[in-house]
Amino acid sequence: MEPLEIAERLKEKFLNEIVDVSRFRDQVFVKVKREKVLDICRFLHDEPDIYMDYLADLCGVDFPGRRQRFEVVYNMYSMRHGHRLVVKAQIPENDPTVDSVVPVWNGANWHEREACDMYGILFNGHPDLRRILMPEDWEGYPLRKDYPLKGPEGYEYKGFDEIKELHTHDKEWNIQA
Amino acid sequence: MNIETPQLIEVEEGTRIIPGGNTIITSVDKVVNWSRKSSIWPMTFGLACCAIEMMACGSSHYDFDRFGVVFRASPRQADLIIIAGTVTKKMAPVVRRVYDQMPEPRYVIAMGSCACSGGIFNTYATVQGCDTFLPVDVYVPGCPPRPEALFQGIMKLQEKIEKEHFRWSPWR
Repeated sequence: MEPLEIAERLKEKFLNEIVDVSRFRDQVFVKVKREKVLDICRFLHDEPDIYMDYLADLCGVDFPGRRQRFEVVYNMYSMRHGHRLVVKAQIPENDPTVDSVVPVWNGANWHEREACDMYGILFNGHPDLRRILMPEDWEGYPLRKDYPLKGPEGYEYKGFDEIKELHTHDKEWNIQA
Repeated sequence: MNIETPQLIEVEEGTRIIPGGNTIITSVDKVVNWSRKSSIWPMTFGLACCAIEMMACGSSHYDFDRFGVVFRASPRQADLIIIAGTVTKKMAPVVRRVYDQMPEPRYVIAMGSCACSGGIFNTYATVQGCDTFLPVDVYVPGCPPRPEALFQGIMKLQEKIEKEHFRWSPWR
């Protein structure tokens, strides 16, 4: 099925949820409101002639200055039909939450953890929403555009000071030539 | 009886032979350093894109083996660790542990600008040069360094090993 047809089918079913459908080089992007993302994903997954059985990627995006600051992007692919679709959920800054799609695609688990870790987007109904890349005690969300490049002031990555300490003894342990 | 003292001939600085005697006279330093520099076994350990270049050095076109450099997949039997790539602060303790597991004498080559200084990644998650937590012997700049550059680094390390004194002894 052509991706634009899928977008049309989506419009029929979720008319009030679709914000915008755009197209670039045969890729179709569907911007949706965040409230019914889980229903939309389930529809795309379950409908026999769409059958998006593979979630190729799920990631967060930060657009500072936009009214809806964050986006969660779902790249879907159908193994059976060989077609793709990109769904983008709009998320505001003051309440960065969206429904988890882990019930539909189990593989979304770690991707959502990453988006949570890097952008601070919370996924409702996620089975295990912890940080995945950064240490558990890390403060802030590094991939946000307003995040300081060098990280929080006076805060060192967990475990790095310890090995620096080891290095101070290298001169004693190593035999100097 | 008239026995002539055999004449020692210096074939190289610090190395003499007895002609016809099948004998070499030299210092232990020299023999040990020579054998050590001729079989530097690096740890098979890559971190980023520099590791691809390091693999290219090891494969047949450039061929590390002719230096006696054979990649060894265990830190317990390795002499050298080539820090090939960006060291993140998350990876740094792992690199340090691999280094700590290597037996003495051990050497470190920082390969590429990331390992030398952090390179373009001046961020919250990147180590600004692996010399912040490892004693580096040779720095190889480049992004990534060409195989020839890494070879130069290995040869510099060989020169360094050649100049060592008394490192072979358990009493040191």
